[in-house]
Amino acid sequence: MKSFTELILKIDSNRKTTAKIQALVDFFDEADDDDKLWTIALFTHRRPKRSVTTAKLREWATELAGIPLWLFEESYHIVGDLAETIAMLVPQTTEIPPIGLSEWIAKIIALKEESEENQKSKVQTYWQGMSRTERFVFNKILTGGFRIGVSRKILTKALAQTLDQEEAIIAHRLMGDWQPDNTTFKKLLIEDHQHDSDAKPYPFYLTYALDKELSEIGLEVEWLAERKWDGIRAQVIIRNQNIYIWSRGEELITDKFPELQALTDLIDDCVLDGELMAFKDGHPLSFHQLQTRIGRKTLSQKLLSEVPVILMAYDVLEYKGKDIRSTPLSARRKILENIIEKAHYFALRLSEAVPFTAWKELMREKSKSRALHCEGLMLKKKDSLYHVGRVKGDWWKWKVEPYTIDAVLTYAMSGHGRRANLYTDYTFGLWENNELVTFAKAYSGLTDQEILQVDQFVKNNSLQKFGPVRSVQPQMVFEIAFEGIAYSKRHKSGVAVRFPRIKRIRLDKKIEEANTLDDLKAMIE
Amino acid sequence: MGKSLLQFTKKGIYCSQAKVYIDPWRPVDKAIVTHAHADHSRKGMKHYLTHHYSIPIMKARLGKNIVTQGLHYGEEITINEVKFSLHPAGHVVGSAQVRVEYNGEVWVVSGDYKTQDDGLSTPFEPVKCHTFITECTFGLPVFLWQPQHHVISSIEEWWQNNQSQNRCSLISAYSLGKAQRILYNLAPLGPIYVHSSVDQMNKAIEESGIRLKNKYQPITKHLSKADFEKALIISPGTTGDNWTKLLGKFNTAACSGWMQLRGMKRRQNLDTGFVLSDHADWQGLNQAIKCTTAENIICTHGYSDIFSAWLREQGLNAHTEQTLFQGEE
Ligand SMILES: [Zn+2]
Ligand SMILES: [Zn+2]
Repeated sequence: MKSFTELILKIDSNRKTTAKIQALVDFFDEADDDDKLWTIALFTHRRPKRSVTTAKLREWATELAGIPLWLFEESYHIVGDLAETIAMLVPQTTEIPPIGLSEWIAKIIALKEESEENQKSKVQTYWQGMSRTERFVFNKILTGGFRIGVSRKILTKALAQTLDQEEAIIAHRLMGDWQPDNTTFKKLLIEDHQHDSDAKPYPFYLTYALDKELSEIGLEVEWLAERKWDGIRAQVIIRNQNIYIWSRGEELITDKFPELQALTDLIDDCVLDGELMAFKDGHPLSFHQLQTRIGRKTLSQKLLSEVPVILMAYDVLEYKGKDIRSTPLSARRKILENIIEKAHYFALRLSEAVPFTAWKELMREKSKSRALHCEGLMLKKKDSLYHVGRVKGDWWKWKVEPYTIDAVLTYAMSGHGRRANLYTDYTFGLWENNELVTFAKAYSGLTDQEILQVDQFVKNNSLQKFGPVRSVQPQMVFEIAFEGIAYSKRHKSGVAVRFPRIKRIRLDKKIEEANTLDDLKAMIE
Repeated sequence: MGKSLLQFTKKGIYCSQAKVYIDPWRPVDKAIVTHAHADHSRKGMKHYLTHHYSIPIMKARLGKNIVTQGLHYGEEITINEVKFSLHPAGHVVGSAQVRVEYNGEVWVVSGDYKTQDDGLSTPFEPVKCHTFITECTFGLPVFLWQPQHHVISSIEEWWQNNQSQNRCSLISAYSLGKAQRILYNLAPLGPIYVHSSVDQMNKAIEESGIRLKNKYQPITKHLSKADFEKALIISPGTTGDNWTKLLGKFNTAACSGWMQLRGMKRRQNLDTGFVLSDHADWQGLNQAIKCTTAENIICTHGYSDIFSAWLREQGLNAHTEQTLFQGEE
């Protein structure tokens, strides 16, 4: 596993994407096919079933470390990662002869059939025969939490480079329900597949925020208004009875939306642009609910029925094999309306035009945005083409004002790059029963001058210090702006907010005047 | 029961019999200072007693006009029947543990210390005592340092690797301690430049006749990209000032005990982190405490609560006291 461990080390110690890709390419050039396949599997969250409970791992590691269990738990609490904690606490006593990644995985899979006693002696022997980083990687595979800075996109790029193949094709081949035990590296990536190039998406047309008065952009009759939906921008491709869904980040996410699979039978070949949204009983759900679905590896039937996803379509780029991006928007919308009507399917909806005859009516429409779980309005010129990338003038987004709340600074962390010596990342709390409960972290929004001011405050009012993090005397109040808000079990406060940032420092406010957690909850509609 | 020989007060660690504070954090008349780091050696004291090596450093930081008195390691001074002496702490040049003896009772204040010999600072010497006041910045069993030469050779490897990519190497290391430790131990693979704050500390240390082995130059605005080719630059922060514009392409690395934690490294968005600390690791702390043969251990800065709980399990009488000492960057 030496070379795989080295790969992980390189990926982990480099923040530059190009360096990560290069490390992967170098690895793929040298590794044998089984190791390559398992590497791809691990980076796409396919991993051997867990063979040992983490409770056991803690117990066995504690024994080798010669410390009491409570001290192990304290260490784990501070390190924050079980695989890493064990890697640090278990001493190396021997050196196991090097074997490849796939052989290690075979050993891990074989553990499942062993008695607990044998599991213990084997795992302990493996641990003691490895270097600290090898032990870390081994534990990551063992505990199944393999999240290391390799996105699907980085992996795709590296494989495309290694195999001299198009990225879209690689991305498509990595999809689906393959497992390392039912395929081979050659079958998965090299052998000919039919309709490979069908998966290829078009570049998205990206919009600018409206930066002038409505009356300055032209006459009302030339413009189409739509809601700005708060979901995931996506391109849905239907070609030759197959569906491919691309996110704006150019990741293929087809598998996450089984609802849309049926479209292959319901509509002609086409490429649609729209917003993937959680949508139920005729109304959009919050973005947060959509997020809970995106985060899951597997989608239970329960989740699918609780949080159904639809495509709110607003454009069509290709129809029956023909690229129609240079057809005017009004004509494209006609085609889109026909497609949607013909499909007559719950998970495909038209992003309706918001009717208006005078600009001032749109002001009123915009004010309804929050209640509709929308971010504002979109303005699109009726004769606009579908441009490539960010082009100014034909489409505008017109967003609502953010939410704001007054919160107290509780922790600060030093920044990086040119701000490495300054405290630039802050944690904010809101009141609940005379205590400050953390509700958000934010680092942007202050001027350089203000950052210096806060930095001085932090340095003079630290309570405790752990590496780059300091807890500070609650004394400074900040107005925090954010976009969305929803209940969340994963957050200590019970509430999740989107895109929190600092609006301004409220030197005029005492900490007692900051808002309460209940004030925040009252904002949830 | 009478008063403890040393007490933790609002102003600092206090010996009421001698009316002396050790590393006080508020202005007092008489201060014994363990070492010249800012959290232990603060301004505003009427009189400073410290190791000879620390005096030029403290003057550079706190001002030429401070009133100081220097002691050698092991040299004893008596104030109102209390005997004080300084003993090597191995933390940075001039760093000392303070031994305090009165009526046959001995206390030792460790200040900051490490048990590893860094080649430059006078190595740590355990001092037998009844009560030991220890730091525990890294008082957690996950913190275990590698031998120094391992770390130094990985820094050299990194430097060479950057040279082969035609990038210069910008390493961040605390201006008093790690900066000199690197300067002293590294093989001369190319030109070495230092940030002005490091230069100031170097000069102060050299005043005591200590040599830092490698040649170095301070960064000035008269230097150009060509000067920095293949160079190593030692600076307290990786970036932050305009001078990095002089450098051309560079890679950054940080040196700190915190680099042992993957999460710390990631949160600071660093390319490379070297685990190098001027504080004792878990083993160092435990060994040092054992060697003092002290029964009473008072834990300050760092993971003091966890560490004192561990010591109590080992049968020692340990507890925590709050201080304003800050540990490692
Ligand atoms: Zn220190
Ligand atoms: Zn200290």
